[in-house]
Amino acid sequence: MAQQLRPSKPADKQSKIDWSRRQEAENFAETVKLFRQGKIDPDMFRRFRLQHGAYGTRMTDDYAMVRIKVPAGQVYPNQLEKIAQLSEMYSIGSAHFSTRENIQLHWVILEDVSEIMQSLSDVGMTSREACGNTVRNVMCSPMSGVCKDEIFDTTPYALAIARFMLRNPICQGLPRKFKFNFTCCEKHGMIRIVDVGLLPQIQEIDGEKRKGFKIFLGGGLGNRSFVGHQLEDFTPVEDLLYTSMAVIRIFDRMGDRKNLSRNRMRYLVNDLGWEKFQNLVLKERAVVKATQSVIVKLNIDDSVNEIQRPISVNDESASIPDGYARWEKTNVEKQSQSGFNSVFIGLEAGDITANQLRSVAEIIRDYSAEGFARNGFSQNIVIRYVHDDDLKSMYSRLIENGLAKTGSLTMASAVGCSGTTSCNLALTNSHRLAKEVQRKFLELNYDEDDDLKDSTIKISGCPNSCGQHQIATIGFYGGGGRHGTDMFPNYTMSLGGKFDEDAMLGHHTARVPVKRIIPVILKIIELFKENKQSDDTLAKWIDRVVSGNESSKITGVDDIKKAIAPLIVPPNVEDEPDFYMDYGSDTNYHTVTGKGECAA
Amino acid sequence: MCCMIDSDIPIINSKLLREKIQENSIRIVDVRRDQEYQQGHITNAVNLPLAKLLADDSSESIQKIAQDLGISDETPTVIYDDTFGALSSRVVWALQYIGHKDVKLLDVTFSQWKDLGYEISTEVPEIETATHSVKINPEIMATAEYLEKVKENKNVVIIDNRERLNYLEQHIPGAINIPYRTLASDGKILRTKEGMKTLLKNRGISEDAEIITYCGSVGTLSGLAYYALKSIGVSNVKLYVHSFKEWKSLEKPIDKQENANYWDLSAE
Repeated sequence: MAQQLRPSKPADKQSKIDWSRRQEAENFAETVKLFRQGKIDPDMFRRFRLQHGAYGTRMTDDYAMVRIKVPAGQVYPNQLEKIAQLSEMYSIGSAHFSTRENIQLHWVILEDVSEIMQSLSDVGMTSREACGNTVRNVMCSPMSGVCKDEIFDTTPYALAIARFMLRNPICQGLPRKFKFNFTCCEKHGMIRIVDVGLLPQIQEIDGEKRKGFKIFLGGGLGNRSFVGHQLEDFTPVEDLLYTSMAVIRIFDRMGDRKNLSRNRMRYLVNDLGWEKFQNLVLKERAVVKATQSVIVKLNIDDSVNEIQRPISVNDESASIPDGYARWEKTNVEKQSQSGFNSVFIGLEAGDITANQLRSVAEIIRDYSAEGFARNGFSQNIVIRYVHDDDLKSMYSRLIENGLAKTGSLTMASAVGCSGTTSCNLALTNSHRLAKEVQRKFLELNYDEDDDLKDSTIKISGCPNSCGQHQIATIGFYGGGGRHGTDMFPNYTMSLGGKFDEDAMLGHHTARVPVKRIIPVILKIIELFKENKQSDDTLAKWIDRVVSGNESSKITGVDDIKKAIAPLIVPPNVEDEPDFYMDYGSDTNYHTVTGKGECAA
Repeated sequence: MCCMIDSDIPIINSKLLREKIQENSIRIVDVRRDQEYQQGHITNAVNLPLAKLLADDSSESIQKIAQDLGISDETPTVIYDDTFGALSSRVVWALQYIGHKDVKLLDVTFSQWKDLGYEISTEVPEIETATHSVKINPEIMATAEYLEKVKENKNVVIIDNRERLNYLEQHIPGAINIPYRTLASDGKILRTKEGMKTLLKNRGISEDAEIITYCGSVGTLSGLAYYALKSIGVSNVKLYVHSFKEWKSLEKPIDKQENANYWDLSAE
């Protein structure tokens, strides 16, 4: 094996920041015991559990999902190996990469959660404030630091904000969860769909170049979704902390603590009106600055990451592995650093086995010159600083470990929330549906189609938005449909969602029964192919269709509705029993949901 | 009688075994497949592929196997495998079942033994057959009938040692799940005593309970759990040796985690 040929590997890189606090594990174990003995009020226990990153599980109090925070998505080989082990010991032998750069372990026995927390401490990780009404995992674009279009690397700022907010008393009991996203550029981040989104900027002030941000506030996806507003032209980095504190303080004071279905900050912004909210933030920021008894500063580690290419053993005579060209085209992004690449590892709906996690850890050690990986925004992993000369050999290693799925950077990598595989709120098995869509796309080689490259498919199992369906080119959220007395899983399809500088929420177009989703997607692609202009992409074409600017045979959403109408008619149950069953189920569909916990 | 370890716990530390390895009075048994054994084994070890024992696990058959391996009633015996201790556990248990008093589970696998840099050999020792009696130890075994009778008792805990998804899909009603992977620690087939005690404490399992372990079909994974419990001195442990496969074939009641598609979360 390759690694045996290497005389010495550089020392394993480990997280410089220890996010854990060991005593929390023991405290958690004790509290679970008191809860089981009936000595703690169930509501209080639920809040405590969520604060510590243990989410409820579908239809049972016996299990939890442990959401491990990965601030800025930076994850180290020893951490992945630890999670592999924990998934076998306490979970289902697979782990899940979420859309918010967390790593989740599902179906964990509540009594075992403390053991996971204890072991996470060994590798500097925490699940603290990964759920509940807290500042959730602070995200940063996986391309930050290597993106060709970025102005500066925001990773140190994302980490500093995460550090400042974690366990900070000002964010232990917010009206609702609170999300920060940092990005490198508009394309790679999702800054307009979160409470605070930050885009790096440089402005020349008095002949001096100063770093800062464009800050977007009050965006968010959910039952009602909103796009964030830009606070001001330019916010210098010195004001990052004060602005963040000001926003959190306003939300804490004025946010709705009663109405659970509308207590995210975006509702407050909407109710007050943007201008009023904006003024409040600017005023509050002045107060925060003026009333500090000691100077509060972010702890920003600006030290340069050591880039050291692992000693590679290139076999010049080695033939190009089968499928390499397709994989390189659809999974590899050139970096701003010449000779280096970011490699996207696609997972089906974010799922990965324990053994694959161990392989990823080894592959990072063997191929990444920065020695760690970044979690992506689409339930994927990004290994960066891979040298041009090492790509082929890395591809072979990925194939050996079942990690070379193509199409990571394309429409083929459909996103699906956990759905009925574990979530209390879910109405449908969106998780499996995303896998089915991806398999179909890869079978049809659609990942190689340049026309489809910038489009996305995202699927949620209920009207809430963990699958981020509203910002997908083709998005779906699950529900139940009825034909006579028979129920079937029925998704609402939205078209034309975008999260870049022209961020827009998808346009509700039709309700599509689950077993017709793939045919409907294929039909839409077919319509596009028939009517597209020469340099068109599906995303551009759909954009014109939903905004009524398309001049071909399909002039608007109604034409799409007409074209797919024959496909979505429910058959009689005797003629097609499968139509009435969800994916992963061999019995007729009925809706079952438990109590949601997002608001707890 | 017992020369190798001064407690009742049927587990032997690898370092201690290494010191005793040259003592001809000890019988070391490798329960991997013949081919693996031939390629190298702990010095002086003899081979008993687990399949041979499972082919007929009547007490007479186990007695004959012991005798053929040169194990008399008095022979101190140590068993190891390379399958996280599950196969060796099952053999230790079988010997204890027919009344052998001095049999120990090695606390590392063959791979871990090698990683420690300890001696291995390809030499096959000559075996002089011995005589072994049969004095059945019924209190360490649970049958389906017994399990069904006691499973409602307050002081009885049934532990399913299969992987989580298999357990969610179907299990013996009332059983709790401790996947076999939970039992190991880095470099050893079992947790530290402290770690094992914490696991039970968190789960609210009393060390005074009567504990019955089971797994998929032949009592290997649950055999490991049996000795994990023994390692901390739990006195009343039984192995439901024919496990869930038999339970199902007898059409006994089965519980399932309903209304969730957990299998679709697996990347297998």
